[in-house]
Amino acid sequence: MAQLDSKIPPGPLADKWRRHRADIKLVNPSNKRKYEVIVVGAGLAGASAAATMAELGYRVKCFVFHDSPRRAHSIAAQGGINAAKNYQNDGDSVHRLFYDTIKGGDYRSREANTHRLAEVSVNIIDQCVAQGVPFAREYGGLLANRSFGGAQVSRTFYARGQTGQQLLLGAYSALSRMVGAGGVQLFTFSEMLDLVVVDGHAKGIVVRDLRTGEITRHSADAVVLATGGYGNVFNLSTYARGSNATAIWRAYRRGACFANPCFTQIHPTCIPVSGDYQSKLTLMSVPLRNDGRIWVPKRKEDRLKAPGEIAEADRDYYLERMYPAFGNLCPRDIASRAAQRVCDEGRGVGETGLGVYLDFAEAIGRLGESAVRERYGNLFDIYHEITNENAYRVPMRIFPAVHYTMGGLWVDYNLMSNLPGLFVLGEANFSDHGANRLGASALMQGLADGYFVIPYTIGNYLATQKPGSRPAPDGAEFRAAEEEVRGRVARLLGAKGGEPVSRFHKRLGAIMWKSCGMARNRAGLEKALQEIPPLREEFWKNVNVPGSGETLNQSLEQAGRVADFLELGELFCRDALAREESCGCHFREEYQYPDGECKRDDEHFAHVAAWEYQGEGKAPLRNVEPLAYEFTKMSVRNYK
Amino acid sequence: MRGSNVASENTTRNISVTVRVWRQAGPGARGQFVDYPARNLNPNMSLLEMLDVLNDELTVKGEEPIAFAHDCREGICGTCSLVIDGKPHGPHRGVASCQTYMRSFPDGAVITIEPFRASPFPVIKDLITDRSAFDKIQQAGGFITVRTGAAPEANAILVPKDAAELAMDAAQCIGCGACVAACKNASAMLFVAAKVSHMGLLPQGQPERDRRVLAMVKVMDELGFGGCTNQYECSAACPKLISHDFIARMNRDYLKASFRAAFKPVTATAGGGAA
Repeated sequence: MAQLDSKIPPGPLADKWRRHRADIKLVNPSNKRKYEVIVVGAGLAGASAAATMAELGYRVKCFVFHDSPRRAHSIAAQGGINAAKNYQNDGDSVHRLFYDTIKGGDYRSREANTHRLAEVSVNIIDQCVAQGVPFAREYGGLLANRSFGGAQVSRTFYARGQTGQQLLLGAYSALSRMVGAGGVQLFTFSEMLDLVVVDGHAKGIVVRDLRTGEITRHSADAVVLATGGYGNVFNLSTYARGSNATAIWRAYRRGACFANPCFTQIHPTCIPVSGDYQSKLTLMSVPLRNDGRIWVPKRKEDRLKAPGEIAEADRDYYLERMYPAFGNLCPRDIASRAAQRVCDEGRGVGETGLGVYLDFAEAIGRLGESAVRERYGNLFDIYHEITNENAYRVPMRIFPAVHYTMGGLWVDYNLMSNLPGLFVLGEANFSDHGANRLGASALMQGLADGYFVIPYTIGNYLATQKPGSRPAPDGAEFRAAEEEVRGRVARLLGAKGGEPVSRFHKRLGAIMWKSCGMARNRAGLEKALQEIPPLREEFWKNVNVPGSGETLNQSLEQAGRVADFLELGELFCRDALAREESCGCHFREEYQYPDGECKRDDEHFAHVAAWEYQGEGKAPLRNVEPLAYEFTKMSVRNYK
Repeated sequence: MRGSNVASENTTRNISVTVRVWRQAGPGARGQFVDYPARNLNPNMSLLEMLDVLNDELTVKGEEPIAFAHDCREGICGTCSLVIDGKPHGPHRGVASCQTYMRSFPDGAVITIEPFRASPFPVIKDLITDRSAFDKIQQAGGFITVRTGAAPEANAILVPKDAAELAMDAAQCIGCGACVAACKNASAMLFVAAKVSHMGLLPQGQPERDRRVLAMVKVMDELGFGGCTNQYECSAACPKLISHDFIARMNRDYLKASFRAAFKPVTATAGGGAA
């Protein structure tokens, strides 16, 4: 059984991080260059971590499967980044950001981690501004803010609808500077296919060069995974097509615990599915909900009418009706489920009946079209590109889609997994968002972990490792891991079955969405757990991966990732089944209040479920880390 | 399955097209165009989704699928990079290849799809090229040197709104390389100018302004990108419609920096202030 020591420092909540930094072990500056750190991934968390650790003097090797670090999917985040600057004088504070995040996460995240996140949020903005991130400004030259999904203060910083892009390019510029200076060795087109564990410590990785198929071994004193989330287990999601779970899944199979895999955010405002050829879903960012009003017809019979023909009195602005205090800005899980509910009632719009209107008529009337265009122009353009509809004239149609995974590899306060030497940052870990993430907090967490947490906490581990003691990459563990990778590649190429990879991915996605999407119940989850293993078996027998392993082979890349999703999907459903309560995004139909809200069971489930791999074909072990709320009172979320 | 367009305009009937694709087995291998029929396509399908479906058909038939670069499929990551009917990113202004939909093509069309062609972007396979040259230009100077933790309070730096807006116009560049592919000289001037202007317009970018432009232009030249002859094919092909005015701005910066460097040496080498 894994040892899950969260290593939360003692003392008052607001002092923990400061005291921990003072107590943490340091690595002598002249010794830093004797340590090598592998960073996998170069999104917000990976790029900021690689750049900052290189600035400190560590020798960093950074691996990305993309052709350039700037392609990581952080780039697609639209809305903004939260920080407790209180520039608007509207009563914001570190404590309030902390509290909102804990409450938004439905009391399933760690107080200490979440508080630290709120604390360093202010440093992130300073750092990004100094790098030249062109945040929106007031006329006086000061930074502008907006309010963002679920918050009652304006604490969100933004760069038009491309905040993720600008923050990522900031981190990429810092990374590029350190590559140019020789502090970071960059490996592009390089996919991590296994983690190497030596004497219980993570000490290296096995990598496939996606251009040439060459498989290589790399050792280091520590391994940092910043490889993002696993939402593509659903096939259709707002993730990039290449986003995958292989790095964290391979680490799980090597002994790292996987925490709360079923905590997945379904974003309420995405463009609805249009056909079975569909490869991805596109998000229409949350701030649209600041000015857009969400509605469906009151009567089923009206659902196929043109929206303009439905009289005001016949429209149901259901979020404003059900949640008058927060209205269209209520948290994402709540807005998503409400959309599903009105569609289940037969009032969904669009031909599929799986859509609701997001209407800007009122905002255009109030602010004028040009002001709306200035705020959201690029989003309206994206909408037009995809649907061929003009949202200045007719309301957008939106529907929830998988967007973010709060679950991920288990980490302690130092962001180290239960495998010593393995650190996990950003969306790939589980720690800060509990059962639901608030808008504009993903960018905050990625950069907090990379710029301001790992540079301190990695020293605490490295100081315990003798300089120069890292194993050479030709030891037995390395060679065995490489052999396993080669065997897997050969097996995928050798199956020579009749079905392309994509069909298995679609079938898995359909099972996941149906049984483990917005709402879950015991019968559905048990059915999914019966359906996934045979699908996996069929995959290994009947998948068709053409071409060879010695060249660029996208079918092979995709096959390896889908093979891992076929395992992860099962763990996901297992976790959802074991958590017999509803909390945040995890909505078990059996556990709800009469009004359809989540019914948490704090007595039995105020804990992190950290799953531990037990070997092929064996049921994984469910370890538990209890969550103690010392500084906040666990309350029922109420956004009414 | 019909698309979900309620107010459907011209998007009702399925279409069939012929896709004429550049196939090239590997770097340096001889490539050729191969025609593939693609039938019964929903016009709301994206061009890349059409390629997905075609690739699945090829796979089932035992042929190798067409390699093409893609990732976010929402026009922001800059990975997709197709020349469609002779135009980088296809027929529409201001969108990337992944935002091109089949409704843009008439029934029966022959759609020619090629990789971005420029000697600094060698073909790896089929439609995928190696654009690491762009990373090298960035590494030479596309940054503001600021060590993590050393930044001043954010609102201590005032940035006039119009400067921030103009910087953002430039900063939107997605680094796809369409500007290079569109240019008969394979010039990377729009790409470099966008980065130089973004940082040069902001107060934070001033201390390294001269060094940045000199270093980035130097590496750009060394990597084999051509010069600009003011035809502005680059901005016409740019999926973010970045203006060629930024090239003029970079030229002014470059001229001033070169002039000043003649009197007071400015190092054009990389690494600004690293450890």
